[in-house]
Amino acid sequence: MIPAQQAVELALQAAERSGRCDETMVIVTDRAEASLRWAGNSMTTNGVSTTRSTAVIAIVRRGSTAHVGTVRSSDVDPAVLPGLVEAAQDAALAAPAALDNAALLTDSGVPDDWNEPVPQTGVDVFGDVAASLAAGFGGSDRLYGFAHHLVETTFLATSTGVRRRFTQPTGSVEINAKRDGASAWAGVSTPWFADVATDGLLAELSRRLDWSSRSVELPAGRYETLLPPSAVADMMIYLGWSMDGRGAQEGRTALCAPGGGTRVGETLTELDLTMYSDPAAPGLECLPFVAASSSSETVSVFDNGLDIGRVDWIRDGAVNALAYPRGAAVEFGVDPAVPADNLLMTGGSATLDEMVARTERGLLLTTLWYIRTVDPITLLLTGLTRDGVYLIEDGRVVAAVNNFRFNESPLDLLRRVAEAGVSEKTLPREWGDWATRAVMPPLRIPDFHMSSVSQAQ
Amino acid sequence: MPRHRLADAALTAAREAGADYADLRIHSLTTEVIQLRDGELETAVLDREIGFAVRVIVDGTWGFASHAELAPEVAAETARRAVAVANTLAPLNGERVELAPEPVHTDVTWVSGYRIDPFEVSTADKIAVLGEYSGRLLAADGVDHVSAMVNTVKEKTFYADTFGSSITQQRVRVMPVLEAVSIDSAAGGFESMRTLAPPTARGWEAVAGDAVWDWSAELAELPTLLAEKTKAPSVVPGLTDLVIDPTNLWLTIHESIGHATEYDRAIGYEAAYAGTSFATPDKLNTLQYGSALMNVTADRTVEYGLATTGFDDDGVAAQSWDLVRDGLFVGYQLDRVFAPRLGVARSNGCSYADSPHHVPIQRMANVSLQPGSEDLSTDDLIAGVANGIYVVGDKSWSIDMQRYNFQFTGQRFYRIRHGRLDGQLRDVAYQATTTDFWNSMEAVGGPSTWRLGGAFNCGKAQPGQVAAVSHGCPSALFRGVNVLNTRAEAGQA
Repeated sequence: MIPAQQAVELALQAAERSGRCDETMVIVTDRAEASLRWAGNSMTTNGVSTTRSTAVIAIVRRGSTAHVGTVRSSDVDPAVLPGLVEAAQDAALAAPAALDNAALLTDSGVPDDWNEPVPQTGVDVFGDVAASLAAGFGGSDRLYGFAHHLVETTFLATSTGVRRRFTQPTGSVEINAKRDGASAWAGVSTPWFADVATDGLLAELSRRLDWSSRSVELPAGRYETLLPPSAVADMMIYLGWSMDGRGAQEGRTALCAPGGGTRVGETLTELDLTMYSDPAAPGLECLPFVAASSSSETVSVFDNGLDIGRVDWIRDGAVNALAYPRGAAVEFGVDPAVPADNLLMTGGSATLDEMVARTERGLLLTTLWYIRTVDPITLLLTGLTRDGVYLIEDGRVVAAVNNFRFNESPLDLLRRVAEAGVSEKTLPREWGDWATRAVMPPLRIPDFHMSSVSQAQ
Repeated sequence: MPRHRLADAALTAAREAGADYADLRIHSLTTEVIQLRDGELETAVLDREIGFAVRVIVDGTWGFASHAELAPEVAAETARRAVAVANTLAPLNGERVELAPEPVHTDVTWVSGYRIDPFEVSTADKIAVLGEYSGRLLAADGVDHVSAMVNTVKEKTFYADTFGSSITQQRVRVMPVLEAVSIDSAAGGFESMRTLAPPTARGWEAVAGDAVWDWSAELAELPTLLAEKTKAPSVVPGLTDLVIDPTNLWLTIHESIGHATEYDRAIGYEAAYAGTSFATPDKLNTLQYGSALMNVTADRTVEYGLATTGFDDDGVAAQSWDLVRDGLFVGYQLDRVFAPRLGVARSNGCSYADSPHHVPIQRMANVSLQPGSEDLSTDDLIAGVANGIYVVGDKSWSIDMQRYNFQFTGQRFYRIRHGRLDGQLRDVAYQATTTDFWNSMEAVGGPSTWRLGGAFNCGKAQPGQVAAVSHGCPSALFRGVNVLNTRAEAGQA
């Protein structure tokens, strides 16, 4: 397998030789991946893989229009690169005009680390996790879970002189423990597995299973509810994904305003909550430039190489920004705003334990599951509580409670939130396949809507 | 593709490194996704993924490794890496892996039944079809925006194992979707409705023209149906009789039967992620899953089924079997490891990996509700309802981690009064517990109402994998299902 840097240059050279298109972009992503899965105190599946994705984006300009062709391949044989370029060019020459046309970025210089080798990973990265698990497997609780490490190195090069590179490590460990019909969950995200306290996760799981030694059945209804950071992350990530500017401008998302326009400027809560994405956020570092092989309403291939900065989607409790690629930003007369691959919310100060201590009667959740849109007009979502609903009475957890199906909108949760706690790094449960980088506070919702009881344990 | 040389290199290296069993799978996926917004091209991406995987069993422990480079020396090294993975992680393995026996299938080939290879149709022609379809919708009164999407896939695999099987297969599938949106700017509201054409294991013939799906009729009526929906009254919640069209019921089957009868879920393999199942092995042959009218089969053989194949990724030949018979829970979906754990002699062939870089797991067959012996029409079922709702088309779905509590919405809901349809309703969702729901099934439509629905991207496993699967069903009548008003659920009614 030739180095990714060489593949990038070979593809650009092939495009230049053919001269059939005006501009070319090449994105090569090398991926090294390791995984370990277990169930019932025994490993079930595992694996390591080495893969590459090469995307060639060809652009033909005719007057004021641009025509885009994109072909992606995982074939690592350098002999296929000229064919890949030709296929992208054929597609561009036959394509209708692109909706998101914009001038490409130009000469960025070559990053200092451009020629450095690509970092790898393997099952050895799980060494400490596996050692703790092996000990846990010998205990009386039944353990289930997954450890995953993905190291992606992206190279972006354009015929207009852009050269950018970034290595994105993404790791997570999540453990589900079961005892006598009770179930608990704990999870962490980690870039390089240097900071995973598996023993601590197992201890937390044991503490939560101890809480379940007493259980009570509660009916559906509205409850004062403490959402822990993981549950808040799952609701707010969905909100973040719903904040595309075009959809709101055109009146077809929950962020459109009655009478036209968007909800930017609308105060959702008097709490000083700010929700933002930032590729430089400490501990949550992520791709700091656009590297898209296909366009959507929130990203554009024409923006490839563009710096991604911090965007405050909600600032001090008010809707502050919606996502626009450069082309859409010009169309709607706003500033471009590109989401980074992380999400943070800040503004609270109490610890979750302090919030529990201040609760006369309410529910403490662990995670949410199977979240789906019910009504896009209000962004009403449905889903389930999972792996631990606990009853709080007089400031302490007194029992485990049955699971519920909820129907709630993240916008309405922010409109009704009574208290936010101190933010912490968390692993979203529902969206962890796509989003592992989150910092969220616990939230107190005075009347969280549990629509029905779920028998699931 | 030097497939046999790769297989020889990998399987030989695996054996030499200490594997008791090994298989090699070369996997090629060609995908094209085209998306139009208001008739204009938003994106068109052609994606070709190719690579190979080696799976080994070393002293009862799995090991897996994959690579993108199709070269014999890389295949041998990858096989050795898979053995090393098994050896490294063996201390965590508490359950010895054994494979159910399967006849050896040597040098066999299977190709799915499509007529027009979508990758023989130019991207420009595909865009033109979607653009023309979009134009028909945009020309109608009350339609403000239209999105159009088609996803086409060609999947090719070569499988070889140390038992001697060698299998080459090719499958094609397409998923076309158009959605129309009507905006109410003054109120800040909007309503949408999309086409009901199902994803299918057919070729481009299912997208262009009316030979497979009557696009002309559907695109012609969609704006009118959407306009009616925007003016429809909001539903009164409560226990309601439902006649559910196959265009909606397939998804309820998928979630409440398809996943619930996966053996790996039932024994906890997905406990930390996709979830488990209430249908545990101790309930096999005793649980009354549904009414006596409920007969559910699993198969990997139905024509144009998305999970239809010749052989699974364990090298097991495709089969058909019962999951629920006369309402009784009688069967599971299995792979070659789970069959002996259930005490069954042979796997029913449900192993699948969605990528060369993912390990095969037990995935869903085409799980289908069988029609009644009497050929009742949907109108016949509606005629038996004094006050109820007829549900058409799938939309939102969610079910709990043991497959008890579910909630679904749809594309269209029609009020039934005195056995006849009486206009649309809006803001409807239905919510139930699986066995309550299926035991409330009072009537099923006949063969003339039976049709295949399905999904392209059913998710399961970690790392996440997707699988395409079809579900056939007739229309069916359910008594006393809990209907919600979604505005009231949001606290807005």
